[in-house]
Amino acid sequence: MKNNHTETILSNGLKVLLKEIHTAPIISSWVWYRVGSRDEVQGRTGISHWVEHMQFKGTPHFPANILDKAISREGGSWNAFTYIDWTAYFETMPADKIDLALRLESDRMSNSRFEPDEVASERTVIMSEREGHENEPLFQLGEAVQQTAFRVHPYHHEVIGDMADLRTMTREDLYNHYRAFYLPNNAVMAVAGDFDTQTMLARIRELFEPIPAGEEPARLARPEPSQNGEVRLSVEGPGATSYVQVCYRFPVASHPDFFPLSVLDSLLAGPSNLNMFSGGISNKTSRLYRALVDKEYVVSVHGGAQATVDPFLYTITMTIHPRRKPEEALAALDQEIQRVREEKVSKEEIARAIKQARALFAYGSENITNQGFWMGYAEMFANYNWFETYLDKLSAVTAKDVQRVAHEYFKPQRRVVGTYIPAEGRRA
Amino acid sequence: MTMQKANSSLPGPNDIYREVLPNGVTVLTRSNFNSPSVVVSGYFDAGALFDPDEKLGLADFVTSALMRGTKQRTFDQIYQELESVGASLGFNTGVHKSGFNGRSLAEDLPLLLRLLSEALTAPTFPKTEMEKLRAQLLTGLAIRAEDTSDMASMVFDGILFKGHPYSRPEDGHPETVTKISRAELAKFHRGHYGPRGLVLAIVGAVKPEEAVRQVKRALGGWQVKGQKEAPALPPLKLLKKTVSKHHRIPGKSQSDLIIGTTGPMRRDPEFMAASVGNNILGQFGMMGRIGDVVREKSGLAYYAYSSLSAGLGPGSWEVNAGVNPQSVKKAWDLIVDELKRFVQEGVTADELADTKANFVGRLPISLESNGGVASALLNIERHDLGLDYYQRYEGLVNEVDREAVLNTARKFIDPDKLAIAVAGP
Repeated sequence: MKNNHTETILSNGLKVLLKEIHTAPIISSWVWYRVGSRDEVQGRTGISHWVEHMQFKGTPHFPANILDKAISREGGSWNAFTYIDWTAYFETMPADKIDLALRLESDRMSNSRFEPDEVASERTVIMSEREGHENEPLFQLGEAVQQTAFRVHPYHHEVIGDMADLRTMTREDLYNHYRAFYLPNNAVMAVAGDFDTQTMLARIRELFEPIPAGEEPARLARPEPSQNGEVRLSVEGPGATSYVQVCYRFPVASHPDFFPLSVLDSLLAGPSNLNMFSGGISNKTSRLYRALVDKEYVVSVHGGAQATVDPFLYTITMTIHPRRKPEEALAALDQEIQRVREEKVSKEEIARAIKQARALFAYGSENITNQGFWMGYAEMFANYNWFETYLDKLSAVTAKDVQRVAHEYFKPQRRVVGTYIPAEGRRA
Repeated sequence: MTMQKANSSLPGPNDIYREVLPNGVTVLTRSNFNSPSVVVSGYFDAGALFDPDEKLGLADFVTSALMRGTKQRTFDQIYQELESVGASLGFNTGVHKSGFNGRSLAEDLPLLLRLLSEALTAPTFPKTEMEKLRAQLLTGLAIRAEDTSDMASMVFDGILFKGHPYSRPEDGHPETVTKISRAELAKFHRGHYGPRGLVLAIVGAVKPEEAVRQVKRALGGWQVKGQKEAPALPPLKLLKKTVSKHHRIPGKSQSDLIIGTTGPMRRDPEFMAASVGNNILGQFGMMGRIGDVVREKSGLAYYAYSSLSAGLGPGSWEVNAGVNPQSVKKAWDLIVDELKRFVQEGVTADELADTKANFVGRLPISLESNGGVASALLNIERHDLGLDYYQRYEGLVNEVDREAVLNTARKFIDPDKLAIAVAGP
């Protein structure tokens, strides 16, 4: 089994990562664009996600009703994701059918039509998608917390966008966004699976190299100013259950502190699972579970960081116990945060976090789609080496590092606390 | 890539090992040394079918409690062992069967099987843990009451399976879960848990003989006298006319709509034709014909699809859509029109060919992870499909013709006798 990957930059700037994996007759092909909600101004929030939807609406060569059937007919699975920093498209296909995916992706890198009637019907589809999100108390709370945490930086708004902008954006807005960001020199292609590297690279060159490079997209440069004092907010809505979200400011994934913080996350809230196509593990012996769930302040607690381009958030989400008040849970949380900032963690806890990460990596490597995912994903915020050396970097973390980052990043003055207050009030 | 290589990657008698232990435990295993991990999944005969009406949620409470303390270990000790090695193990409850899913690095398989065995054979239902768990279950039910999708589904089952055990939610109701005592949990476990009917699938970086040896060590000695047989299912009364119900959940932005009918059992001869037909109706490409009409052409919904749930008893064949509360009737009419067209005209030769290619082509992808293979092995065992099922699959799919799809659609779907549930404002 050959698992080394190759990296090539085509003459038009498209970066291509290839990894042969010959365990099953499957290939997963990914195209990643450096465009997400961070590239959106007010009035056009949600535009990157909407463009992603329009990428399924056809080109002259692959009209809409042909496109969605073509992949399915060959037994492929495909999807796309828009995130704050990037937009990604993948097809996982039987190995002998991958050419269709390559042709499709090269075609829609520059030839999507954005027909006005398709834009119109997609407008209401996305509004419906947003309404589905709005049904969820945790979406309501998360949106409010995020917009409070980022007053200046475009991480301010949700990827789905604001309803006001979904109603008013035009076909021209969408098409211009597409043309500005969907460029080979703003993209990374990652292919993993059952192929020969030289043959695959030759085919990718043939299909993608004729697409001309474009002007490097302009980026918004609006760093978030430092926060000087805790901010609290509340959201009211239907239901009988209260939730609290506490967000601390975290560094970018390429920052050296990201690794001790990952260890800290693991022991505070259970390890975050960064795999997109593989489940995580439970967190019932994490410090926060023991302090909050076992002691019946909350019925569940989760924490997680995300790997981002600009500094983002570490979010702790608590579902409050029906007999408790949100303030009581927050006070119990604060005691644990205080403890980790003041007391050194044990070597055993660190070793445990590393073993957990090793297991999650092994689960993620079972599936070829997830391996294709990682090659491109890591490129979006660092590079593939970040992923390949992740366990080594985690293994180098010391108890002193963990305490230092706990002290630095878990400051009460630099957090946002949001509470969801249910209309039915407390049951007890 | 040749077809031969594609076929040889599918599980079959050549690489699935199956053994029934003397105490009745069935083990299926298939090796995969491509990743150093292993999956353990399985099921056993202790589903919600056994629940008395007034104690609905009992079987689910028991499965949720299995890892909250055993004769050998406390709740915290169990999870300390599991989580320290990055392993996971969880139980779930179905109507007929309950089940479990676990995974670990291959080196930790003995630990995973030992914890599984302790949870299945020796739970102690500690009092304080049971009360903590009850509060968590009740919070889950309070959240369910606000979830338009969960509530539409519950209302739908209530209409379609009226008077039948399938109408009941496995997780019960707040008033029934409140009444379940610790003694009842222990009694349910004593009466229904045992080696008979216990099936395990182990897939990953372990040799078959080693996997079976480890299962024997963990569960081979388990004996239970008087393990109860599952009650027989009463006959299902089919709907005589369309019945609809709107469950109000104030303050929501979106309503969930479910329109459907009774579907085949997994072992029914029509299953494959129904499955192919369903794919055309509401799965293929962007959610099939339903997606085309409700989402692509009308822009009414982000999701609108059909699904078939075929199990040991009669299943459901349903269309689900999440729509603006103002658009419920419009989506409803479009969906019923599509169902009418489906039973009047059937499917085209092109649609049929597309779906057949889709079914055959996607199979290796659904089987690429250890979890995917474990589900496939359990599917084979539960429905007695034969160890060569996935190798015969292409032939079974290709046997389905347009007439079979049409006849099956007409047998199960009567557009004048539908169950329709809406949950939302």
